[in-house]
Amino acid sequence: MTNPPYDVIIGLEVHVQLRTNTKLFCRCSTEFGNPPNTQTCPVCLGLPGALPVMNRKAYELSVKTALALNCNIPNFTKWDRKQYYYPDLPKGYQISQFDLPMSENGHLAISSPDGEFEDKNVGIIRAHLEEDAGKSMHDEAQGLADTRIDLNRTGTPLLEIVSEPDMRSAEEARAYLQELRLLLTYLDVSDCNMQEGSLRVDANVNLHVHTETDEKIATPIVEVKNMNSFRAVERALHYEVKRQYEIWQETGNRIGDVPKQTRGWDDNAQLTRAQREKEESSDYRYFPDPDLVPVTITNEQVEAFQQQIPELPAALREKLVDEFSLTPYTADVIVNQGPEVVAYFQSLAEHTGDAKQSGNWVQGEVLRVLKEEDWELREFPISAEGLADLLKAIQQGELNNSRGKEVFSEMLSAGTSAADAMAALGIEKVDDSALEDLCREIVMANPKVISDVQSGNEKAVGALIGQAKQKNPNVNPGQVRQICLDIINAL
Amino acid sequence: MIDLSATSLLAKLQSGEVSSEEVTAAFLDRINAVESRVGAFLKVNSESAMQAAQAVDEKRSSGTPLGKLAGIPIAVKDILCTEGEATTCGSRMLEHYVPPYNATVVEHLLASDAIVIGRTNMDEFAMGSSTENSAYKPTSNPWDLERIPGGSSGGAAACLAAAMAPLSIGTDTGGSIRQPAALCGVVGLKPTYGRVSRFGLVAFASSLDQVGPMATTVEDTALLLETIAGHDRRDSTSAKIDVPQYTASVNSPLENLTIGVVPSHYQDGLDTEIESAVKEAIRVYESLGARIKEIEMPHAQYGIATYYIIAPCEASGNLARYDGAHYGYRTDQQTMLDELSEEANQTDGAGESPLVRMYRKSRSEGFGSEVQRRVMLGTYALSEGYYDAYYLKALKVRRLIRADYDSAFDQVDCILGPVTASPAFRRGEKTNDPLAMYLEDLYTVNANLAGVAGISLPCGLTSENLPIGLHLQAAPFQEEKLLKVANMYQSATDWHTRRPEIQ
Repeated sequence: MTNPPYDVIIGLEVHVQLRTNTKLFCRCSTEFGNPPNTQTCPVCLGLPGALPVMNRKAYELSVKTALALNCNIPNFTKWDRKQYYYPDLPKGYQISQFDLPMSENGHLAISSPDGEFEDKNVGIIRAHLEEDAGKSMHDEAQGLADTRIDLNRTGTPLLEIVSEPDMRSAEEARAYLQELRLLLTYLDVSDCNMQEGSLRVDANVNLHVHTETDEKIATPIVEVKNMNSFRAVERALHYEVKRQYEIWQETGNRIGDVPKQTRGWDDNAQLTRAQREKEESSDYRYFPDPDLVPVTITNEQVEAFQQQIPELPAALREKLVDEFSLTPYTADVIVNQGPEVVAYFQSLAEHTGDAKQSGNWVQGEVLRVLKEEDWELREFPISAEGLADLLKAIQQGELNNSRGKEVFSEMLSAGTSAADAMAALGIEKVDDSALEDLCREIVMANPKVISDVQSGNEKAVGALIGQAKQKNPNVNPGQVRQICLDIINAL
Repeated sequence: MIDLSATSLLAKLQSGEVSSEEVTAAFLDRINAVESRVGAFLKVNSESAMQAAQAVDEKRSSGTPLGKLAGIPIAVKDILCTEGEATTCGSRMLEHYVPPYNATVVEHLLASDAIVIGRTNMDEFAMGSSTENSAYKPTSNPWDLERIPGGSSGGAAACLAAAMAPLSIGTDTGGSIRQPAALCGVVGLKPTYGRVSRFGLVAFASSLDQVGPMATTVEDTALLLETIAGHDRRDSTSAKIDVPQYTASVNSPLENLTIGVVPSHYQDGLDTEIESAVKEAIRVYESLGARIKEIEMPHAQYGIATYYIIAPCEASGNLARYDGAHYGYRTDQQTMLDELSEEANQTDGAGESPLVRMYRKSRSEGFGSEVQRRVMLGTYALSEGYYDAYYLKALKVRRLIRADYDSAFDQVDCILGPVTASPAFRRGEKTNDPLAMYLEDLYTVNANLAGVAGISLPCGLTSENLPIGLHLQAAPFQEEKLLKVANMYQSATDWHTRRPEIQ
C-alpha cells in the first residue's frame, strides 16, 4: 500500500477535572452523582453580590501537573472572564485564563511498544485552570423540549491542557491520551473518569495534502467533540481524516476558505456531524476578572512542588528495564497499570530477589486475575510478601512453576498463605534419599530406557519423569531427570 | 430628637435618657410625615425596626453586651443583599429577588445592634447621578423637592437630609456617595478600595465599587466606617489591613497639616458660588494653621473618559447574569412563543431560537435605558479588535492617574476641591443628555480609578439655598487622617448643622 497523499495534523484539548474536595471559587463539594442542584451556593450560582475566592489547592494540583508535563510555571498568573450566554453558565461568563495562563511550553513523550509510530515528544502549548459549567439535560422525550439544568458541576476546577498539533495519526492521539491519563493517575490529581466527565477530549484535525509539485496544502481545521472514550477518539479521527480527504477532493477548500467547523462524534452511527460554525463568529470578550487577585508563586515554591512529584511513567519504565532487567515490553505493561502495580512489583522483586521471575508473575498471573475479576490492585487478596513466599518456594525447588500456579489459585480462592495452600494441595518437598530411591526403582524397571540412554538418546529418560510424578506428584521433574541420568550413567 | 447625631443619640441611649424604641419611633414618625414628599425609601421596615429596637432595649436593660451602634436606626441602600428581604437595586430585573444571604456589611450592621429602618432608593444598578434611573420612583432633594438628590445613592443622602435616619449606607463607583452627599448637604465617605468588603454588594463595576458610610457629621461617619470596615475572606479584593479606631482619633486635629489644591479644578465649568465656597473652606484651613500647596494632577482630565470605558466594561460582564434563566425578571413565555411562531410563518421558520429570544426580551424589558446603554458601551469596548484601543488603553491611563495621586500624596496630606461643578439640578433637566449627566462625576471619578479615599462634607449654601460640598481626598488607607482633617473643618464651621425646611 502506498502512503496516503497527505499528512494528518492533530492537536488535542483535554479538560481534566481536578481532584479537590471543594470547587474552584467556593466551598461547595465537587462530589459526583448527587441529586441535581444540591451542591450549590450563592457563589457558584452566580447570585447578585456573591464573589469568588480561589481554592489554592486547585492551583497547586495544576502546578504539579504542569511541572510533570515539563511546562514552565510563570511567577504571575491571572483570571479572565470568558463571556457567553448559556443556561448552564449562571454568571454569563466562565472564569478562565486568557493571555497569562498558569503554565506553558511543555511536552509529553509518547512511544509505541509495537512500533505503530516512532517515539516522539508532543508539545504542550499551555495548561490553564478554569471553572466547569453546569450540565444541561435536554428532555425532548415528553415532546416539550424542556431543558433541565443541574448546577452541581458548576465551578468544579478544570485544567485545560492544550497540545501542539504534533500528532500525525489517530494512533498517536490515542497514545498521547493514554500517556496523559497515566501521568495524571501517577500524580493523583484527577479521577480521569471519562464516563463521569472528569476527563474530556476535543480534537482539532486537518490535513496537509501533498501536491504534485511537492507543496503541502492545509485543509480547513475541524474541531471534533463528543468523544466519550479513547476508542471513540481514535475512531472519530480515522473517520474525520477520511471525510476531510473526500471533501478536499470535492471542493479543494483550503484553511481560511471556510469558517472553522465544530463536529460532534456520533458513536452509534460511527460518524461526525456538523454542530455549529465557530471561532470567527464568536467573540468571548475576555477581560481580567476584577473580583479576583492575580496568583503569584515564587521559584522556591515551584521547586518545592517539583520535589513533591512522584516517579513518573517514563522514568519508571526506564528504571524497570535498567535496574530490574525487565524487557521493555514487560516494563511497559507493568507501568501502564499504574503506580500501585509498580509498587507491588517492586516489593515482590525485593522479597524474592528475582526481578525477572517477579515481573513474569505480575505480568502473567497477577494482571490476568485483576482483569478477569475486574479488580483494582487494592482488591487483590495476595500481598507482595505472600506471593513472594510462593515464588521463593519455586526458586528453592519445592515445587515447579506449573504447580506454583495451582498454589496461586488455591491462595486466591482459599485466601491462605503459600505454605497453607501448598499443604492443602499435599505439596511438600521430597526427601533427597527418598527421591533417589524412587528414581532407582523406576530406572531398574525400565531396561529399554537404560539402553536407549546408554546408546546416546538422553531424551528417552523423559518417559521416566511421568512415572515418577505418578508415584509422587511432589517430585521436581528436573531433579528426577538428572538423578535418573546419573543412575544410568553410573551403571 | 431626630436632629441629633448618631453619636449624641448613642450617649442618650447609653445613659438611659431615651430608649431605642423611642428613637426608632421618632424616625419612623418623621418618615410618615415627610417620606411621601421626599421618596427616599423603596421599603420602610416599620414593624421589624420597632421589634429590633425593643430587643436592643431588652438586651440593654438585662446588661447584655451591645454592639457599637446599639439601638441607632440606619438606612441601607437597596443594593446590599439582605437575607429574606427583596434587594432590587432599583431595577425591574430584581423586583422580586430575595437573596438567601446577607452582605458582609449588613452582617456587620446586625452584629452592631443597629436598627435597619429601611432600604433606600437608587439609580438602577447604581448607574446614574440623579436617582432618576430608579425603576420605581424618583427621589426629591429635601432642600428643593423639584430637584434631584444626586445619585446613585440619592435615597441614602436624602433620608439623612430629611432627618428620616441618622445614619445611612451608600455605595460609590464614580461618586455615588460623595455627589449626593454634596447635593443634599450631608457627609459621605468613599473608603479606599478594599477597606470595606464588597461581598453581597450587587456589583456594578467590581474594581471601582466601594460601600461607604453616610451621616450628618464627620464623627458619625467615623463611627459607621469603624463598624463596617475590615478584611473579609469572602472578598479576595478586601485588604488585610487592621481597622483603626476612627472614633478615638476623629476629634484630634492633624498636626502640621498640608493641604493640596489643584488649580485646574477652578477652571471653566465650575459654578462661581461653589468656587467661592470651596475657596472659603481653604481659608478656614489656613486659619487653622494648615499649609496650602498647589499640586498638579496632569492626568485628571482623562478621568471621565477612562471611567466610562472601565465601568461599562465591567458592568457588561457583571450584569450578564441577569438573563431571565435562573432568577429575576423573565419575559412572558406565551407572548414570546406566539411572537416567534408568527414570525416563523412569515420567514419560513428561519429565525431566532426561543432561548435567544427569551434572553433578548427579558433583558430589554427588565433593564432601564441607562443600564442598557452602559451594557452596550461595555460590550462594544471589549469586542474583538476594540479591546486594546479602549479597555487596555483605559487601564494604562488609570495607572497614570494613580501615579498622579501617589506623587501628590508625597507632598500633601489631603487634596481639597469641589465635589460637583454645580448644585442640584431640576428633575428631568439632564435626562436627555447622558453626557452632561456623566460630567456630574468630573471631580469624583478619579478617586475610584486610583482607589484612594474621599469624603464630601457640607461647606456652604448657594443663593438658592442649595447645599455645596467640599471634597477631601487622602492616600489609600488614610481614612483616619481624612476624618481628622474633615472634622477640623466641621469643628470650625456650622454648615453641617443646617437642615432644609421640607415644603
